[in-house]
Amino acid sequence: MRLLLALLLLLGGPALGQSFPALSGRVVDAANLLPPDVEARLTAKLAALETETGGTQLVVATIPDLEGYDIADYGYRLGRHWGIGQKGANTGALLIVAPNERKVRVEVGYGLEPVLTDALSALIIQERILPAFRAGDFAGGIEAGTDALVAQLKLPPEEAERRAAAARTRGSEAGEGGGLGTLLFFVILVLVIWLVIRSSGGGGGGGRGLRRGPAGPIIIWGPGTGWGGGGFGGGFGGGFGGGGGSFGGGGASGGW
Amino acid sequence: MTILRAFLRLILPLGLALALPACGINTVPTKEEAVKAAWGEVQNQYQRRADLIPNLVATVEGFAKQEKDVLVEVTNARARATQVTVSPDQLNDPAALQRFGEAQGALSQSLGRLLLVVEKYPELKSNQSFLALQSQLEGTENRIAIARRDYNQAVQDYNTTIRTFPSIVAAKVIYGAEPKAPFEATAANADRAPEVKFGS
Repeated sequence: MRLLLALLLLLGGPALGQSFPALSGRVVDAANLLPPDVEARLTAKLAALETETGGTQLVVATIPDLEGYDIADYGYRLGRHWGIGQKGANTGALLIVAPNERKVRVEVGYGLEPVLTDALSALIIQERILPAFRAGDFAGGIEAGTDALVAQLKLPPEEAERRAAAARTRGSEAGEGGGLGTLLFFVILVLVIWLVIRSSGGGGGGGRGLRRGPAGPIIIWGPGTGWGGGGFGGGFGGGFGGGGGSFGGGGASGGW
Repeated sequence: MTILRAFLRLILPLGLALALPACGINTVPTKEEAVKAAWGEVQNQYQRRADLIPNLVATVEGFAKQEKDVLVEVTNARARATQVTVSPDQLNDPAALQRFGEAQGALSQSLGRLLLVVEKYPELKSNQSFLALQSQLEGTENRIAIARRDYNQAVQDYNTTIRTFPSIVAAKVIYGAEPKAPFEATAANADRAPEVKFGS
């Protein structure tokens, strides 16, 4: 039993050799770019977005050091680490600003890719964020970019996709359906129970019965229990937490 | 007799139910499915890239007709790459994965050449639909990189599982599990996204 426990610990999740700032709220200003009033205003807008859309989470993060990673590489790991967005639906997005590397990125979770397409993310970065950044106005650029992202994410799905199409993009398929995983899980649960019952009913032949089936029980990982997607659990009481959403590299980057 | 029966009916299934999960009867197929799902994602993202190419070729053609050679090359490389697929059951065959990697790597290279050619056409570089395509291509290359990394991580996890105790018991006895092949970059620079950034 102890061995099993040790093995579980060993296999428990791939370790990320990377340090991330703590998810202290909807605005994580680790690089100190935002005055307190702007931060409070942004936090209120982002909280309103989540309530109005029933779970879409957008987080603004300023990062002092990308530790040598490309911002796109850093971004998806950060998104998975924090687990922004709802588990299964993967409705999370990040606006990441790295002032020292002079890079900015919109990181989009699987579930929001059809709404916030790469081309639209690029457009928001180029037209709303970078002009202000080039003038040295970080707070202004971040706020303008956040407003544009929030506006797009608040639109009803059809309208949002129409706009995304207007940015001449092809919406990707929504993330791997969490529904299928859950369904499979239950089907297999039933199968396992049935196997156990059958083996008890068949007396001594039980062991054989199990061995015979090469198509034995197959269990798909539950939705969202993928790799790296740190589940922060609801976090509704008081503090803010990610819902366990995952990221696969959607979005766009820019530099100034 | 009755004691033996009671044993068979109660203790044995209970013992089995406790012992089987411990020897990896669940973990092995679970991790195998994770590998297959991760591979599906890799192919999805490559397909997504292939889907962008006809549009890209058409847009570039509108501005740079004389670059026919490069455009034809990209179109051919795309056609060849989409013909090579790897089904989930072939994942323990490194040669199949290598063929796939080579075909996609060739496409990456000819795409890189196409994007280099674009440098010569300032009107094309500032064209709205070209810019949109460019950002999509960038995003897709990024997704490909992530999907590959996720796949290799899943493979590593699976291979470790079927070679270590206690899950090796189920892997050998019940499933006859074979290690899966990681997806390595084959063509030169295939592990890196082609440069699709132009002085902005």
